[in-house]
Amino acid sequence: MALHELTIHESLAELRAGNISSVELTDAYLERIAQVDPQVQAYLTVTADRARADAHRADEARARGEEAPLLGVPIALKDIFCTTGIETTCASRILKGFVPPYDATVVAKLAEAGAVLLGKTNMDEFAMGSSTENSAFMATHNPWDLDRVPGGSSGGSAAAVAAGLAAAALGTDTGGSIRQPAALCGVVGIKPTYGRVSRYGVIAFASSLDQVGPFARNVADCALMLRTISGQDPFDSTSLPEPVPDYAARLDGDLHGMRIGIPDEYFVAGMEPGVETAVRRAIDTLVELGAEVGAVSLPHSQYALATYYLIAPAEASANLARYDSVKYGYRAPHVKSVEDSYMRSRGEGFGTEVKRRIRLGTYALSSGYYDAYYLKAQKVRTLIKADFDAAFQRFDALVAPTSPSVAFPLGARTQDPLTMYLSDVCTLPPSLAGLPALSMPCGLSDGLPVGLQIIGPALGEETILRVAAAYERASDWRPTIPAIG
Amino acid sequence: MSVRAIGAPRSQQSAETTQWFECNEATHCRPRLHSSPYNKGAMVAATAYEPVIGLEVHVQLQTKSKMFCGCSAAYAGAEPNTHVCPVCMALPGVLPVINRQAVEYAFMAGLALNCEIPEASKFDRKNYPYPDLVKGYQISQYDRPFNVNGWIDIDVDGETRRIGITRAHLEEDTAKLTHKRERGSLRSLVDLNRAGVPLLEIVSEPDIRSPAEGRAYLQKLRLTVQTLGVSTGNMEEGAMRCDVNVSLRPVGTERFGTKVEVKNLNSARSVQRALEYEMIRQAEVLERGERVAQETRGWDDDRGITVSQRSKEDAHDYRYFPEPDLPPIFVGREWVDELRARLPELPDARRERYMRDFGLSHYDAVQLTSSLGTSTYFESVIARYANPKIVANWIQGELFRVARSLNVEVEGTRVTPDHLAELLTLVDDGTVSQAMAKGILEEVAQSGQPPKALIAERGLAQISDTSELDRAVAEAIAANPQAAADYKAGKTSAMGFLTGQVMKATRGKANPGVVNDLLKRQLDRI
Repeated sequence: MALHELTIHESLAELRAGNISSVELTDAYLERIAQVDPQVQAYLTVTADRARADAHRADEARARGEEAPLLGVPIALKDIFCTTGIETTCASRILKGFVPPYDATVVAKLAEAGAVLLGKTNMDEFAMGSSTENSAFMATHNPWDLDRVPGGSSGGSAAAVAAGLAAAALGTDTGGSIRQPAALCGVVGIKPTYGRVSRYGVIAFASSLDQVGPFARNVADCALMLRTISGQDPFDSTSLPEPVPDYAARLDGDLHGMRIGIPDEYFVAGMEPGVETAVRRAIDTLVELGAEVGAVSLPHSQYALATYYLIAPAEASANLARYDSVKYGYRAPHVKSVEDSYMRSRGEGFGTEVKRRIRLGTYALSSGYYDAYYLKAQKVRTLIKADFDAAFQRFDALVAPTSPSVAFPLGARTQDPLTMYLSDVCTLPPSLAGLPALSMPCGLSDGLPVGLQIIGPALGEETILRVAAAYERASDWRPTIPAIG
Repeated sequence: MSVRAIGAPRSQQSAETTQWFECNEATHCRPRLHSSPYNKGAMVAATAYEPVIGLEVHVQLQTKSKMFCGCSAAYAGAEPNTHVCPVCMALPGVLPVINRQAVEYAFMAGLALNCEIPEASKFDRKNYPYPDLVKGYQISQYDRPFNVNGWIDIDVDGETRRIGITRAHLEEDTAKLTHKRERGSLRSLVDLNRAGVPLLEIVSEPDIRSPAEGRAYLQKLRLTVQTLGVSTGNMEEGAMRCDVNVSLRPVGTERFGTKVEVKNLNSARSVQRALEYEMIRQAEVLERGERVAQETRGWDDDRGITVSQRSKEDAHDYRYFPEPDLPPIFVGREWVDELRARLPELPDARRERYMRDFGLSHYDAVQLTSSLGTSTYFESVIARYANPKIVANWIQGELFRVARSLNVEVEGTRVTPDHLAELLTLVDDGTVSQAMAKGILEEVAQSGQPPKALIAERGLAQISDTSELDRAVAEAIAANPQAAADYKAGKTSAMGFLTGQVMKATRGKANPGVVNDLLKRQLDRI
């Protein structure tokens, strides 16, 4: 087995046994990146020198007898996380060349846990998109089929983990940006409860929805990553004070007595039959494992898409106002006045989708429209949340497809934003409700991975990870790195 | 010169036009308007209309750190962009964290302004693009402010009026822009030291009915925040800034006229001047049968006029929405009670105490509590010299006069409370006369020397020694036999003349009371 194929837990076992060094492991990943990434294009920046230095330090620490949860494990970060001294662009021309003077809280936590930083991964510009094609710099290719998208917006992170270009990676999820690419790339990805992970240093898209979460090749790795980055942060007033459980240590247990709801509304018209078949088969497996499975209705789910596309752009319109060419970032040449600089720098610096959403959000918040759009959307959001509250009275977890389709061809939906928005129809409701949800592979359809979504109540990460781990043990799916090219 | 020229471009303005609106600290403007032979129309207009005035006052809170980050808020005199961090520079990815001290100061101010504190409050984003607003939005409070429905009482011309306070909410200050011409092109520089300093915005009801009331309201607010210790209230340094809304309506009518907002008022005096100017300007417009335009105008202090800046059509749509990065704030009653218990004695209570405990008149008590410096000064003196009425008279008489002549506040003179207490003690024990003491006070104000040392150095001590004065009295009687005879004949005024002669001979150092006694005794012996 090549080093880049090892899971985090396997790598840690080898490192702790002294069979390999972190420098060796890191070099294996850097080599793999050099070999494969020209085709996948998962990374915007590869921080090879930094990675080797991190690895060297990890080896030294281990030699001194020190231990840490991720000591010497090479990981990747979506280019949305601020990293001291490393260019952070959010895949936008407007931030090209921006080098933050500070680390995001999760970046600091990973460093403290001994992780090795391989680089920054591609994404849809400002996390707005479902295919990573909205990157200002390049498209990322799905490792399972290079002519297809990896999903988005955290497509670079998902593809990197799927292609063996990192042991794990961090992404962000606002309306499905971790779960959908995890599904399309055949890896495990979790979006935690809103507030579970600090957002400090994470470039904001929609502040009331954004959450940080990990990608990994299996459930246990995902659980370990999640524990490392979770917890209250004095720099994020929306972070939750509840203690963080040792998720990875509680994955055993079977599913006897576990009540699992299947929301009717998630099996949408237009869902690919191959996706539905794989998901239904996974549900059968859960039943075999002892879970009590029953149907549940989340009637307001049908409004989730409309609600999301009012709230998220509204918040984005304010969050992106700081990119004004005054302090940092792109400034158009030969500007005549500050207004001219605003118009031209933002006009040239932002991509089409970002500008579309700024316009949408500005409109939704405008005087005379606020009540009809933004305020109403907030009310519907409350109803969507109430649906879940009711469902979790009866069930411990909900299971549904992550995406109605498998990975689609590059360019297939770029001309039609509405069809692109529909990619997230199954992931939006838990985001609006602030609930934890993960996606894991549940088989292939036409040779492409299908994602199974498991949704929990607030702070129910432990529960959904346990369901996921039980399914993972029972299913015939094994972490697989597809042959590239 | 006709009043119609007011507000005309500078080239058409005569110095005389702006002269009308010059006020000094002591006089109000209106009498000047009446005295001008040229502004009869304006005078009619101004008396035919009643102004409806509301003030929006921004008060910088004196917290250690900024509103949403740990940077020091004490930026005065600092090099530009040295009190900054990723948060107040609005770098990508940063989040605000609420400064508890600022919230407590806001509540304390609200309590002092007799506001209600709703149980739930929240922050909102106020969106507008400007280079001094680093995030492109200001974190402020829109529909759930910290303090609502308050009031304060103001005293104008011996009358007390209650002014309603709509709300007092917390927000963050903006960066400071400096514009300068460099090699032919205009450059604008941004200093972020001020960005994120906590600001309390206090909005009054449109209850103010004259420029003098506007000024008194502002002064009362300043006194209140200074007394609380939540702000320096220093308007020159921008720690307190004011915008006014003013409209006119025909006297005796209820409906509000079209309001005009005037910005950039940097002193209590400019508030009064700007309001006076606007009253005339708007009255002129109405008298011409035209409508007052709803707009924002800026006050030009040098020219003494307001200038149109922005019409209603250009008004911003701030697109307020709840700040998602900050949770709502729920205020427990215990917290409010605890803060209420921490409030110091407020100006009104202090005034009442002066009247009650020191037997001062209402007028004296108002005067002595009109500024924090004066009342602090007063109380320091009476701690050392226990006759409040005498101290009150000296502060309001001599000390105010000295301070005014030096163009400083009472506490800014070189006469310390110790000096004044010492001087008054010296008057009491007869070391110096009342008249000499006044002169000595002026000298202390000049030199800063303690009165005792000054008196010793100059040999100014009063002569009360009878053996020393007996001779001078005898000489005065000998040198003025006519006056002595007049006195013996029953002309008591002769006594004053003789006292004056003794005082002259002793260069004013003789104790007049002792001289009187001695004169009487010696004359009676004749």
